[in-house]
Amino acid sequence: MEAINNLISGGGVEDVLFNVFAALTLLCGVLVIANPFSRSPVTSAMFLVLTIISMSGLFVLLHAFFLAAVQILVYAGAVMVLFLFVIMLLDLKEEARRNIKFFWLIGGLVSVGSIFAIFIKSLTHNYFEEFASSSKLPSPKLEGDTVALGKLLFTQYTLPFEIVSVLLLVAMVGVILLSKKKLE
Amino acid sequence: MHIGLQHYLAVSMLLFCLGLLGVILRRNLLVIYMSLELMLNAANLALVSFSRFNNKLDGQVLVFFIITVAAAEVAVGLALIVALYRKRQSAHVEDLTSMKL
Repeated sequence: MEAINNLISGGGVEDVLFNVFAALTLLCGVLVIANPFSRSPVTSAMFLVLTIISMSGLFVLLHAFFLAAVQILVYAGAVMVLFLFVIMLLDLKEEARRNIKFFWLIGGLVSVGSIFAIFIKSLTHNYFEEFASSSKLPSPKLEGDTVALGKLLFTQYTLPFEIVSVLLLVAMVGVILLSKKKLE
Repeated sequence: MHIGLQHYLAVSMLLFCLGLLGVILRRNLLVIYMSLELMLNAANLALVSFSRFNNKLDGQVLVFFIITVAAAEVAVGLALIVALYRKRQSAHVEDLTSMKL
């Protein structure tokens, strides 16, 4: 932990690592939704795994060590195995490339473009610049290690924690009921 | 150039737009689901960077809950897709246009 801290807070290395991980995340994200070489969902799932792993690299750069581990364990481990299981269960044939209707393409691009414009507008807002310069952001002291996160989770956030456990139980019962052959 | 909050937020924003584009333009149910995961991850990245640069741990706790809820959501959604595929033999949104099974 100390070694990682020294390594990633060593000025230039952090910037380089950020650029590498951000580029990898975005590149694999593009390949998830539009892969020019393959239309099969399996390749999409594999690139989603790569996206998640490089994103957990970004989490490490943000000193959220516990979340980086959880991201890899839960997302790249459990969720993606579930995805691949279902893909293999469904036995999807390589489906013919269907043309996207022109109307849909225009609609999609307009909606994504408008939300993109909103994001750009809010990112370049004056308030944001003031916030960034006033609160001495270059030297954040926060450490997202397991001890601190666990303390917060079991004191201030006990009720949401319990509710989430009930939610997981409900999801499990629901999945078992849904995947039975006949609903009685 | 020092890496600040805005750089992380820009990555998160681009990833969210990618996910939205995938949800709108792709026609395969499973790929739509993966794009949803992409959007959730973009939100997680924004929350973690806000938490880091505000010196508050609450954002990371929220991300923890989001990951849990996303896992539950994926399990239920994939069970629905499998049940739908058994009835219709297709996981393509254009073939799933009527409400009645």
